[in-house]
Amino acid sequence: MITVDHFAPLLEVRGLRKSFAGVKALQGVDLVVRPGEVHCVLGQNGAGKSTLIKTLSGAYQPDSGEIFWQGNPVTIGGPVAALELGIATMYQELDVVDGLTIAENVFLGHEQATGGLLHVASANARTEQILSRLGHGEISPRMEVGQLSAANKQIVSMARALSWDTRLIIMDEPSAVLDSQEVENLFRVVAELTAQGIAVVYISHRLAEIRRIGDRITVIKDGKSTANGLSVSDTSTPELIRLMTGRDVTNVFPAATPIAADAPVVLACDRLGVRGVFSNISLEVRAGEVVGLAGLVGSGRSEILEAIYGARRSTSGTVSVNGTVLRAGSVEAAVGAGIGLSPEERKSQGLILDEPIFKNVTLSSFGRFARGGFLNERRERQAAREQIEALELRPADPDLVTRTLSGGNQQKILLARWLVHGTAVLLLDEPTRGVDVGARAEIYGLIRRLAEAGTAIIVVSSEIDEVLGLADRVLVISDGEVLTTTDSNEIDESGVLDLVMRGSAA
Amino acid sequence: MSEQITQAAPPIPQTHVAPPGRLKRALGGSVGRNLGLVIAFALLFLVGTLTAGDRFASFDNFVTIIRFASIVGVVCVGMTFVITAGGIDLSVGSVVGLSSVVASLTAVQLASAQSSWLLIVVVALAVGTLAGFVNGVVIAYGGVVAFMATLAMLVGARGLAELISNRSTQIVNNQGFLDFFRADLLGVPILIWIFVVVAVAGWVLLNRTTFGRRTVAVGGNAEASRLAGIKVKRHMVYVYMLSGLTAGIAGVMFLGRTTVGTSTHGTLLELDVIAAVVVGGTLLIGGRGTIVGSVLGILIFSTLTNVFTQNNLSISVQNVAKGVIIVAAVLLQQRFASRGSRSK
Repeated sequence: MITVDHFAPLLEVRGLRKSFAGVKALQGVDLVVRPGEVHCVLGQNGAGKSTLIKTLSGAYQPDSGEIFWQGNPVTIGGPVAALELGIATMYQELDVVDGLTIAENVFLGHEQATGGLLHVASANARTEQILSRLGHGEISPRMEVGQLSAANKQIVSMARALSWDTRLIIMDEPSAVLDSQEVENLFRVVAELTAQGIAVVYISHRLAEIRRIGDRITVIKDGKSTANGLSVSDTSTPELIRLMTGRDVTNVFPAATPIAADAPVVLACDRLGVRGVFSNISLEVRAGEVVGLAGLVGSGRSEILEAIYGARRSTSGTVSVNGTVLRAGSVEAAVGAGIGLSPEERKSQGLILDEPIFKNVTLSSFGRFARGGFLNERRERQAAREQIEALELRPADPDLVTRTLSGGNQQKILLARWLVHGTAVLLLDEPTRGVDVGARAEIYGLIRRLAEAGTAIIVVSSEIDEVLGLADRVLVISDGEVLTTTDSNEIDESGVLDLVMRGSAA
Repeated sequence: MSEQITQAAPPIPQTHVAPPGRLKRALGGSVGRNLGLVIAFALLFLVGTLTAGDRFASFDNFVTIIRFASIVGVVCVGMTFVITAGGIDLSVGSVVGLSSVVASLTAVQLASAQSSWLLIVVVALAVGTLAGFVNGVVIAYGGVVAFMATLAMLVGARGLAELISNRSTQIVNNQGFLDFFRADLLGVPILIWIFVVVAVAGWVLLNRTTFGRRTVAVGGNAEASRLAGIKVKRHMVYVYMLSGLTAGIAGVMFLGRTTVGTSTHGTLLELDVIAAVVVGGTLLIGGRGTIVGSVLGILIFSTLTNVFTQNNLSISVQNVAKGVIIVAAVLLQQRFASRGSRSK
């Protein structure tokens, strides 16, 4: 099965198995990583990618299976053992300590000290070296990490990996928190690492990225590796989707139906502004229309949604729904007028993870299921069940704890919340972040169906192809200003990027 | 279409994963969360019966145990709401003292002699609720950390009570008031009835009403609740007012039991209250609360005190045992809770 080649494998994993309390997370995973390659691991949520990573980084111990490191059998007894071998992991939830400086973070856990006294100067100097190796010599190692952007925190995380004698870096969805420009920089850094012979195991849901930087691919489905070491250039995207999901996904984005000429304007923003963030945003969304906001992180796109929703107080201009002007800075007024928001950070801003599905679905409307303050949970559960069945959330059990669900299912809960509430305007911020390929197509379909039912929708996403694929009309935003408004089929991804780059340079 | 796929795949989950049995589900649910408490309670009972025999296991002694728990228990109900909502209220003990002092002021007593003894009650409850209101506003709208805001109230309210009473003990001489609290109903002292009513009302409020749902939601994820359209700040004020109200009720109960109002009423009460609530299974980080657990928690403490007193053991020994019980009960709770809700 394993092809002989002149590259001796750096890491070889055979028949890895791991169960948790009877649930088989891994049931036979093989993985061969060569030095200096970018090896992509693909799989839907729940396929076992996280368990694999945690096993390789020493966080979990496998039940059975073999791990060879540079040809020798090893057991990875704990996180430090992994680091000492030369395996470093960059987790999706950035594991940096905000209150410490960059250098302190980089040497966290293996501080350079004599008799408990820290060598601050040498730690700073070594950190500076590593940062410039990563192409970020301009960042001072004395800066506090809390002041850094998500992209720079990631650089710190990578610098920490390199502060050990690392041969292999595992990156778990590193691009999820970055905008397109920052992703470019990440790719550059990855290229530099691999040029130095360091191997990268790269995990992402974005197939376009894998196509750009990946050398070989291993696909995991239901805890088993279904394809090993496929060459990226020889494998088509439909083939990859089929390997991951077990089915053919032909068209990811559903076709848009034309909007009736007499469709009424539901949401109107008139010269809306938040001092210091954006100004003079005017836009109209008609019933059944999907409007996309494209722009970099920090361009003001999420802030615009928040201002429309009242979660951020606007300092100028107005928002109106069906002609009625809303009170500024009031979420209650927005919700009352029929605006719903699916926030960017689903877990921290959208859901109560330890509560059952139905309580999350009715979070905006439970008052309606009460008489004199007393709740009728039976009716609440029933209403939630109807919506989650309509959204094909599986299993459609309203009593399941939300934390246990996949990203796609959690996104469906947020959509269900606003369906139960009955919204006229839906604001979707990053509706597919952390959602796998199969579930994405479903969510796109649901958004389309909602539009067809007459909902006015605004979509924000860092993935430009997603904005273009979903929206009827696109507003390109940079530095809190609308650069252009155009039909989504009259502009392509490079056109948007071009505008955005020029806009932020100006 | 995708249904087909899941069926086509070998039915691994079904054959290998033991279906979560009824027992397991029950352990993960409210029974499981309270199981540690029930076990601790049963053990204490056994120890009490073995060491003190009939002196322990008698109706009169049980009444004593519950009456001992009743005042702290009432405050526990309010505290359960605060902690479930993700807050903490360190000021309850001082607020108990302050409300007992204000309600037993000569002016209030004179006015109540001319109208009704209920005036004393109303004044105490109003003082408690007002203190809670101040806490809530400072925390929710002022953005002061709950720990510090209520610590300030703890110090301030106690000082205010000392100022108002001039550190003297104020005797209650309203006969109607004293008679009411001296009375029994169906052989059970009125203090216990108050505890029962407050606990039942608290249970209904937390588990069956929109107020309770908001409390759990805000404690579980304040930002998500705000973005879902819940008035989080206003709700936090209500929650602290509720805690103050229960402290006011406890102030009245102190007045009734001791017949005096003094600034020392309720000293260090907050420690017993918080310990009982957390031992009871309410999560200190918020998002999950149980009135039943809190009631069991405070009953365990008062039973413990009773067993030790029956055996002539000193307060110091009691306190050591209390510390051990707090840790043991919380450890047990975590074991049962994680067994039930672990996702993978």
